Amino acid sequence: MRRALLALAYFLASGVALAFLVLPIVAIFVHVSPGRLIDQLSNPVVRDALVVSLKTTLIAQVLVLGFGTPTAYLLASRRFPGRSLCVTLVELPLVLPPAVAGIGLLVAFGRFGLLGGALRSVGITLPFTQAAVTIAVAFVSSPLYVRQAIAAFEAVDPNLVAASRTLGAGPARTFFRVVLPLARGGLGAGEALAFARGLGEFGATIMFAGSLQGVTQTLPLAIYAQFEVNLDVTLAISALLVLISLALLISLKLASLWPWQPSEQTSRSRFGSLSWS
Amino acid sequence: MAALRADFTLPLRFFELELALEVDRTVALVGPSGAGKTSVLRAIAGLVRPPRGRIALGDELWLDSERRLFRKPDERRVGLVFQEYALFPHLTVRQNVAYAGKERAGEYLERFRISHLADVRPTALSGGERQRVALARALARGPGLILLDEPLSALDAHTKGTVRAELQELLHELALPTILVSHDFEDAAALADQVGVIVDGRLRQFASPSELVDRPADPFVASFTGANLLRGKARRLDDDMTLIQLDTGELVYSTDWGEGEVGVVVYPWEVSVGRLHQQDSAMNLIRGEIRSVVAVGNRVRVRVGPITAEVTTSSAEKLELARGGTAFATFKATGTRLVPLA
Repeated sequence: MRRALLALAYFLASGVALAFLVLPIVAIFVHVSPGRLIDQLSNPVVRDALVVSLKTTLIAQVLVLGFGTPTAYLLASRRFPGRSLCVTLVELPLVLPPAVAGIGLLVAFGRFGLLGGALRSVGITLPFTQAAVTIAVAFVSSPLYVRQAIAAFEAVDPNLVAASRTLGAGPARTFFRVVLPLARGGLGAGEALAFARGLGEFGATIMFAGSLQGVTQTLPLAIYAQFEVNLDVTLAISALLVLISLALLISLKLASLWPWQPSEQTSRSRFGSLSWS
Repeated sequence: MAALRADFTLPLRFFELELALEVDRTVALVGPSGAGKTSVLRAIAGLVRPPRGRIALGDELWLDSERRLFRKPDERRVGLVFQEYALFPHLTVRQNVAYAGKERAGEYLERFRISHLADVRPTALSGGERQRVALARALARGPGLILLDEPLSALDAHTKGTVRAELQELLHELALPTILVSHDFEDAAALADQVGVIVDGRLRQFASPSELVDRPADPFVASFTGANLLRGKARRLDDDMTLIQLDTGELVYSTDWGEGEVGVVVYPWEVSVGRLHQQDSAMNLIRGEIRSVVAVGNRVRVRVGPITAEVTTSSAEKLELARGGTAFATFKATGTRLVPLA
């Protein structure tokens, strides 16, 4: 009897939890008819926001991959004083409230910010431009990628790196032929998370870049801007973002099924990590 | 053939590795785990940089701390076979072998009888196959020196015998300077011309396998080569005989010279086992309980009191040796060696 009650309690609790999580998503799609949702997508506000979002997020992700990958590899493969501090600094934007990140970016790169004068002297004004959106997106999404990338690189058996070197491959060839292919599942997962976070960025962007349609107004900013103008448009954008997020989540799950995950690598033995002196 | 000359020190976590070696054929480094054997290979391959020393293969200088010269692993002609083989899991057998040298990959696949596995990934291979791939990959680079880290330890007992024979033949054919690391004296003795016993980062003894058995430098070397080591107090009787009172009480005679605290070294194959006390030329007799009877191949290891004897399976059966019974272990005074105890 008590067992049956307990089972019922579990069942009820998980039912409530799942319904709670799914209901808002469902509501977006059922509030108005699918036909009207699709019609709204041709609204110029939506089109402009989509272009701004895709452009800034893609450029931001190129920056995150380009700078984040070597940073993660350095932090994963070398032990040096201050390493933990570096890892913590890299993770900082993850716990920082987005509005704080926005203010920080403003007083760092803004017209009267720390680097504002230097930037202005070479003719660059960042705030309220598309570059500012890109910077805000890169700032908040980078830790999701770098954290995952550090873990992925650390999971590569150091013996394989050592083996590559004794087989005549230099550090670069070793990285591209051994480390990167073995870490790519984890790197892909990290990148998918960072992309999703970047696409949904709101707080830092609105502080640092504003919300100018066609210039800095991304999809989430357009939702906010259209909220009191046209609810159907906000719902259409929301539905669009749900679908993109869902696609990313599925690709993330698929990435984790990638054939040679760390568990399949040969087990570690006494060769430690290789120093790159 | 260019010989390897290595003389270096390398601080490890608990002690400093200090080693001078000259290798022109197959040398085995044996010792307990954690003795620094693998670190020797790492240093010679260039995976770690010893702060002091000199390593050269023939006239190629790989390390010279005085001249601040250090060649990276990819600049040393060395073929290192890792303990667990370290095959690239994302590459096929062919790609693994071709990693170091594309031109000769096919030739090595043939030579190691792995052509039929060329398109398979390493995870699908058996232990013996993996080892052949690892050897083929290491040799495809055209190394001037071969380093083998515990080449037989990842194999099950059944495969080990075959692989050992194959490896023996291969090393003989290659005729390259080779260092192999093993924790098993028998494997080392089977594969190497010279064996170095390494403990806590130092070479205790460097000699041919038979010399190590005949003349162990210290009690550790003796027990490592598989000998019995009986502790006792030695007293000279005359010019050819020493009497040792064992710590367990028995008296043992030895033709070897010794005084004070000594270890009596007796190899199991020098010890005979009987159920009855009978007169023969063996001077030493130890009566004791049969503590264990373990079959090792076609022989049986019998533990009588403090001493292990090795007898043939048929004589073990004939004597009806079983745990718990009493037996006499006999061995000649000439079959004993005395080593001073620290």
